[in-house]
Amino acid sequence: MSSSGILYFVVFCLALLAATRPLGAYMANVYEGKRTFLYPVLGWLERLVYRLAAVRQDTEQRWTQYAASILAFSLVSFLFVYLLQRLQAWLPLNPMRFGTAHAPANATQVTPPLAFNTAISFMTNTNWQNYGGEQTLGYFVQMAALTVQNFVSAAAGIAVAIAMIRGFARKQVNTIGNFWVDLTRGTVYIMLPLSLIFALFLCWQGVPQTLRPDVHATTLEGRAQIIAVGPVASQEAIKMDGTNGGGFFNANSAHPFENPTPLSNFAELFSILVLSAALCYTFGRMVGDTRQGWALLAAMAILMAVFFFVGYAAEQRGNPNLARLGIATRHSALQPGGNMEGKEVRFGIAASALWAGATTDASNGSVNSMLDSYTPLGGLVPLFNMQTDEVVFGGVGSGLYGILIYAILGVFIAGLMVGRTPEYLGKKIEKKEVKMAMIAVLVTAVIILVFPALSLELPFHAHGYWNPPGPITANFNNAGPHGFSELLYLFTSQSENNGSAFAGINGNTPWLNFAGGLCMLIGRFLFIIPALAIAGSLAAKKRVPATSGTLPTHGGLFVGLLIGTIVIVAALTFFPADSLGPIVEHFLMRQGRLF
Amino acid sequence: MSMTHRPAPASLPPADDATSLLPQKGARSRPLFDPPIVKRALRESFVKLRPRSLMKNPVMFVCEVVSALVTVLLFRDLFRHARGIGFEFQIALWLWFTVLFANFAEAMAEARGKAQADTLRKTKTETQARRVVEGDRIELVASSRLRAGDVVLVEAGEVIPGDGEVMDGIASVDESVITGESAPVIRESGGDRSAVTGGTRILSDQIRIRISSNPGESFLDRMIALVEGAQRQKTPNEIALNILIAGLTIIFLLAVVTLQPYSAYAVIAAQAGHIPTVAVLVSLLVCLIPTTIGGLLSAIGIAGMDRVMQHNVLAMSGKAVEASGDVTTLLLDKTGTITLGNRQAVEFLPVEDVSAAELADAAQLSSLADETPEGRSIVVLAKNQYGLRGREIPQHEAEFIAFSAYTRMSGVDWRARKLRKGATEAIANFVREQGGEAPPRLMELSDRISRHGGTPLAVADGRRVLGVVHLKDIVKGGMRQRLEQLRAMGIRSVMITGDNPLTAAAIANEAGVDDFLAQATPKDKLEYIKNEQRLGRLVAMTGDGTNDAPALAQADVGVAMNTGTMAAKEAGNMVDLDSNPTKLLEVVAIGKQLLITRGALTTFSIANDIAKYFAIIPAMFAATYPALGALNIMRLHSPASAVLAAVIFNALIIIALVPLALRGVRYKPQSAATLLRRNLLLFGLGGILVPFPGIWLIDRILGLLHLA
Repeated sequence: MSSSGILYFVVFCLALLAATRPLGAYMANVYEGKRTFLYPVLGWLERLVYRLAAVRQDTEQRWTQYAASILAFSLVSFLFVYLLQRLQAWLPLNPMRFGTAHAPANATQVTPPLAFNTAISFMTNTNWQNYGGEQTLGYFVQMAALTVQNFVSAAAGIAVAIAMIRGFARKQVNTIGNFWVDLTRGTVYIMLPLSLIFALFLCWQGVPQTLRPDVHATTLEGRAQIIAVGPVASQEAIKMDGTNGGGFFNANSAHPFENPTPLSNFAELFSILVLSAALCYTFGRMVGDTRQGWALLAAMAILMAVFFFVGYAAEQRGNPNLARLGIATRHSALQPGGNMEGKEVRFGIAASALWAGATTDASNGSVNSMLDSYTPLGGLVPLFNMQTDEVVFGGVGSGLYGILIYAILGVFIAGLMVGRTPEYLGKKIEKKEVKMAMIAVLVTAVIILVFPALSLELPFHAHGYWNPPGPITANFNNAGPHGFSELLYLFTSQSENNGSAFAGINGNTPWLNFAGGLCMLIGRFLFIIPALAIAGSLAAKKRVPATSGTLPTHGGLFVGLLIGTIVIVAALTFFPADSLGPIVEHFLMRQGRLF
Repeated sequence: MSMTHRPAPASLPPADDATSLLPQKGARSRPLFDPPIVKRALRESFVKLRPRSLMKNPVMFVCEVVSALVTVLLFRDLFRHARGIGFEFQIALWLWFTVLFANFAEAMAEARGKAQADTLRKTKTETQARRVVEGDRIELVASSRLRAGDVVLVEAGEVIPGDGEVMDGIASVDESVITGESAPVIRESGGDRSAVTGGTRILSDQIRIRISSNPGESFLDRMIALVEGAQRQKTPNEIALNILIAGLTIIFLLAVVTLQPYSAYAVIAAQAGHIPTVAVLVSLLVCLIPTTIGGLLSAIGIAGMDRVMQHNVLAMSGKAVEASGDVTTLLLDKTGTITLGNRQAVEFLPVEDVSAAELADAAQLSSLADETPEGRSIVVLAKNQYGLRGREIPQHEAEFIAFSAYTRMSGVDWRARKLRKGATEAIANFVREQGGEAPPRLMELSDRISRHGGTPLAVADGRRVLGVVHLKDIVKGGMRQRLEQLRAMGIRSVMITGDNPLTAAAIANEAGVDDFLAQATPKDKLEYIKNEQRLGRLVAMTGDGTNDAPALAQADVGVAMNTGTMAAKEAGNMVDLDSNPTKLLEVVAIGKQLLITRGALTTFSIANDIAKYFAIIPAMFAATYPALGALNIMRLHSPASAVLAAVIFNALIIIALVPLALRGVRYKPQSAATLLRRNLLLFGLGGILVPFPGIWLIDRILGLLHLA
C-alpha cells in the first residue's frame, strides 16, 4: 500500500464526515415537512405534484397502505420502463435508430427477457445491465425510462428508511407517514437539486450532455471510429447520488465520458456514499438522539475501512506469480505496482479498490475498473460487501433500513444478556420484529444461494431457448473457481439490488434475465415489506424510558456488537460458497495456479 | 425428595444481611444431578425421540430427521459392503447422541418439576367433607365433589377439603404442605387472613368455609400442574427466540444443500476428488444449526420456573417470570418490606417539670398488658435506659384499658392512678376530661417527632401530661444497599405507605427509595401503577388484602402473599408461599437470570459455528481442493477425524452446558452496560474461541484411539 493511497482514503472519509451532519439535518427537515431554504425555490413543484396526483399531504398511512403504495408505484414503473424499451423504434430521440433495421450492426436486440430484466433492474434501484447502454438504447429510453427510475427508485428507498425511522420515533400510533409525500419530497428537495449541481460539475469536467448522434471520427491510422455520446451528465449524476449505478455506457465509470478526470472520480466516489452516510444523522435527529445515528455511522465506517484495506492490500500486493517471473510489482515513484490489470491508469490502484469497495458497500453497482481482473481477495471484498446485505452505508435508504434490521437482530440476541426483554431505542423487540427481521435476512440469503445452485443443476441445452450457450458453465469466461465466482457474483449482485458486474459471464440469456429479474424483485420487496412491517409494529409500541438497566445503543460496545452481528451472519451464511470461489482461488494462486 | 424433609423455608435470608440480590439458595433446592431424577430423565430422553414431540423444536427435529437419514444410509452401505462404514457409523451414533443430549436437558428440567409434583400429589388425599345444606343440616360428601359456593364445616385435626374463605370462626392451620413452614398460621373470618387452601390441616378450633373452586381447579391442582409443566406454554420471548433459531436453521440448511451442486461443479472443474457424502454434509449441517440453544431452550425456561419455586414462590405462568426481569418500577410496601414490621420506642421526651425516668416509668406501667410490638418495645426501652424491670401487676388489682380505634389510647387504672398512652390529641382530650390542661410543649414535641418520620405517643397520668414516647420505624438493615443495587439495575423503587406525607418522606429518605406514595389508598395505588405504565414502565408489586386485588391485577408482576385473601391470590400472577414481601427482589433477579441465560447460550451457540467451518470445510474438499488445507488452522490430522471431532464437540457441548442451563448464568446486579460487556466477552468471544482447542483435543483423542 502506498502512502498516497492511504491519504486518498483518509481524505475521502473526512469529506464524507464533513457532509454527514448538514446534509443529514437537511433531510430530517425535509421529511418532517419543515420549510427548508429550498422551499421558496422548489415548493411550487412539490405542490404541483400533489395537485396532479391528487395526494393529500396530511393523510397518513398504516404500514400496509404504505407498502401497497410502493408496490403499486413499482408495478407502474416496471410496465412503463418495459414498454418504452420494447417500443423504442417508434420513439423520438433515437438518432442511432435502435430497435429498427437501420440500427448499427453491433447493436443489441431488446428481447422481452432482456427488457424484463432491465425494467425490474431500474425499478428496484439495482441497475444490473445485461446490455451495453450505448449499443442498445436510444436517448429517450435512457432519459425517460432509466434516468427517471434512477430518481424515483432512490427516493422510494429513502422513503422506506424514513418510514422505519418514524417507527422508532413515534409511539402508540398506527401510521408511519405517507409514501406519496415522502416520495415527492425526496425527489424534489433532495435528488433533484443534488443531481442538478452534480451534473453541471460533471459537464465542467468533460462529461458530454447532448442529444446529437454518435460522432464518426477517423483515427491516426486512418480507421473509422464511432464515438458514442448522448445526455450522459444528467444520467451520471443521479446514477451516483441515488446509488443506482447503471451506466450510460457499457464501461460504466471506467469510460472517459462518464468519469473523465481524477477529480470527477473523487466526486463520483464521494456521491456514492454521501446520502447514505447523511441518513444516519437524519435517523439520529428524527429519533431525538443523534448519538444513535453516529453509532450506526461508526459501525459502517469501521466495516468500510477494514474491507477497503483488505481489498487494497490484495490489489497492491498483486499476483505473486508475476513477481516470481521477475516482473517488478512493487509500488515505486515510476509505477503503481500491484495488480493493474483491468484498472484505468488515470485512477490507479487505491482509487479503483476504494471504488470497488464503496460501490458494493452501497448498493450502487457502478464500477471504474474490471472486477473480474482483480486478485481473488480483491474480488472477494465486493462480493462479501454485498453478502452483508449491503448495510455498510448501503443504498440510499436501503442501507439504513438494512442496518436497522441487523441492529434489531443484534440487540435481540445480545440484549437478552442484560436480563431484559431486548429493546432498541425504547421499543421492545418482540416476536413480530424478530420474525420480520429474520424474513428479510433469510430471503436474500436463500436466493443468493439457491439460484446459482439451480443454474448449475438445470439441464440447459446448447441452442435451446433458455440458455443458448448450453450448460451454464458455457456462459463463463473463466474456468475453475473463478468461473464459479462469476456466477455467484451475478446472483449476489442482483439479489442485493447492487447491480455491479463482476463480468466475465454472459448474463443476457432468457434464463439469467428471468432468474436475475426474479432475484431483484424478491431481494427488493421481501426486504422492504418486512422493514415496513417492523416500522408499523414499532410505531404502535410504547417507548420504554431508558435507565441504567437499558442496553446502551450509542457506545463502542453497541458498535462492536452490530459489526459482529453483520459479519458473523454473513460469514456463516456464505463461507461455504465463498470458499469454493475466491477463497480457494486465492490459495491456488499462491500455489501458482491461475484461472 | 419429600418436601417435608427439607429445611424450613424460614431460612430465607433475612434482609438484614442480604446485601446481594443474588437468588439465594432456596429452601427447596435439590442437588442438580439427583440420582432418581437423572434416571427418570434418561428414560424420558428416549421417549422424547418421538417425532411428534420433537416437532415442537425445529432445530432438534431437523437434527433427528438427518440422524435417521444417515442411519438408513448406513444400513444401505452395510449391505453394499461400502468403504468408510466405520466413519459413517460413528457419525450416525454422535448425531443420535446430539438429539438425546438435548432431550436429556429438557427431561432433567421436567423431571425436577415432576418430582415436586409427585410430592404435592401425595398430599392431595381424598377426604370426606361435611357440607352444610339448607340451614344447618350436614351431609357427608367426597372432597372431590365439592363445587364453588358449597359451605363446609371443618374441625381440629381435619384436612380442609378445598380452597375457600373462612365464613366464621377462627382456627390455627398447619399449611406446611404448601409452604413447608411448620409453624401453624391463624385463619379467621373477615379481613385479610380469611383464605384457606385445600389439603392443609386444621390444628385447633372449628371453622365454616365457603368453597371457592371447582374440582380440578384448586390451588393445589394448579400448583401441581404448574410444577409438572403440564400447562407450560412458551413465553413470548421464548417464541421470538425460537423464530430466530428456526430462521438460522433454514439458512444453514440451504447453505449445506446448495453446497452439493457447488461442489459438483468444483469436482468437475478441479478434475479431482468427489462430491461430499451425505454423512459429511449432514455433519456440517448439524454443526451449524444452533443445536446448543435449540437443545437447551426449553430446559432454561422450565428451570427458571423451578428456581422461582425453590424460593417458595408460585408463578402462575412462565410469562410472569419473564416479565419480572423487565420490571422497571417496584412498589414496595413500607411495613414489612422496607421497615421492620413494627415501630419501636426509641426515646422518652418528657414535658417541663417531669423527669424522663418518671415518664419512662408511667409509660412502662401503661404498657405492661400491651402485647403489641410497640407496647413491648416501650417496656424494653424503659428497662434498658432506666433499669426499670417489667413489673407484674396482678389482674385483680388493676383494670387494663385496651386500645380501640374509637378512643385511640390504651392504659391502666391502678391504685387510683389513671395511666394512659395514645395519640397526642386523644391524650390531650383525656387530660381535659380529667380537669387538667395539655401543655403547649406536648404539641411541640409531637410535631418534632412527626417531622422526623416518627410516631409520637403521648403519655398522661390522670390530669397530668408526662411527655411523649418517640416510636420509630426501623428501616431494615441492608435495605439501602439493596435499593441502590436496584437503581444500578435501572429499577425505580417506590415506597407505599399509609403514613402521612411528612412521616413517609422521612422514612423514604432514610431508606433511599426513589419515590413514595403516602396515605395510599388502594385507588391511589392503582392510579400510580397505571401512570407508570403509561410512561412505558413495567411495574411489580406485592399485596395481600382484597383491596389490593385491582392493583395486583393491573401490575405487570403482582405477587400475592399466601396469607392474603383469595381475591388477592387470584388477581396476582405469583403467590409467595412464605408471605415475605421482600421476595419481590429475588423474583426480579430470577427473571433477569432467565433472560440472561437464554441470551448467553444463543450467543455462545452461534459463535461456536466459526470454528466448525475451519474444521469441516477444508476436510470436505481435501481431495478436490487440497489448497483449502490452508484453512485447517487447527491442524486436524485427517478429514474424517476433523468432521467427527466437530460433530462430537457439538454434541458434548450440549451436555456440558446442561448445568448452566438448569442453574442459570451467574448474575450480579450491575448496570446493563457492565453486564453486556462481561457476557459478550464470556459467551461471545468465549464462544468463538472455546471450540478451537475443544475440537483439536477431540481430534487428538480420536487419533490415539484409532477411531478416525
